Amino acid sequence: MHELGIVFYIIRDVKQVAEENHAKHISKVVMNIGEVSTVVPYLLTDCWDWAVKKEEMLTGCKMEIETIPGVTYCEDCHQEYGTVEHGKTCPHCGSANTYLLRGNEVEIKAIEVTDE
Amino acid sequence: MDEVKVIEIKKSIFADNEIDADNLRKELKEKGVYLLNLMSSPGSGKTTTLIQTINRLKDKIRVAVMEADIDSDVDAIKIKEATGIESIQLHTGGMCHLDAEMTRQGLDNLTLQNTDLAILENVGNLVCPAEFDTGSCRNAMILSVPEGHDKPLKYPLMFSICDVVVINKIDVMPYFDFDLEKCTEYIHLRNPKAKVIPICAKTGEGVDVFAQWLLDEVKAWKE
Repeated sequence: MHELGIVFYIIRDVKQVAEENHAKHISKVVMNIGEVSTVVPYLLTDCWDWAVKKEEMLTGCKMEIETIPGVTYCEDCHQEYGTVEHGKTCPHCGSANTYLLRGNEVEIKAIEVTDE
Repeated sequence: MDEVKVIEIKKSIFADNEIDADNLRKELKEKGVYLLNLMSSPGSGKTTTLIQTINRLKDKIRVAVMEADIDSDVDAIKIKEATGIESIQLHTGGMCHLDAEMTRQGLDNLTLQNTDLAILENVGNLVCPAEFDTGSCRNAMILSVPEGHDKPLKYPLMFSICDVVVINKIDVMPYFDFDLEKCTEYIHLRNPKAKVIPICAKTGEGVDVFAQWLLDEVKAWKE
């Protein structure tokens, strides 16, 4: 249950960006969340909805989540495969000599702001 | 009507913490203080392992401990009473992990000029602490036998970031069908470089190996 801690990081970061852009209010935050990032999207949005009530700059701010599928690369047979289905072991050749290409992201993609 | 403007950010939320952690490591290197981040599940025997380890080290190097928990100070008191070293309690206020900034605040409360080795006992949890770099020189974790030898498969991130995995409570191995060889294989599947040290904190078996590893690490850090 680290989603709440992550929400506090996001709030700090988006407020900083909004201030740098002289925006008064943030109406939407778009996140990129990797499938194997260990962040649970519905818990993140639950924590978000609770936390933004305490932030004047963020009242009513919605969080939108775009999921990035987990993809692993096999160094032995040079093929890619879905990480969620097959984990660390390559389904094509059985090798464990693999690494995650993407799907580990916990990233703020963009925010929507208004001046007033 | 307010005009809505979209600002592209594309920034990992861990980016700031990673910068803080790198800065903290640099400062610790200058001060000659080695910081170990010790993680585990609740009940794996972290505090007992620490007491055994510290008692083997305290005549050779100066050790201090930061105990992080959501609440209470039982662990910090226990360590102080059993070893006599400086031990402080950090409260995370409900948070499930420590980040670099919280670690720095903890270190500010230790007398660093009198410390060679600072051990951070992270919150008992195999998920969240793995995500946040604390600024430590090395990560270690304790896996206890009753938790099962398949833990590395279930918590891959934790095992992939640990430099050392201490396997505790090996005295009860026969009662739990714990396969040490399999466990080591699973750990190395996640992290081929991880050092595996089987111990029993209760009897002290194997603790010398862990203590020696720490001693070598602290010496190398100070060079």
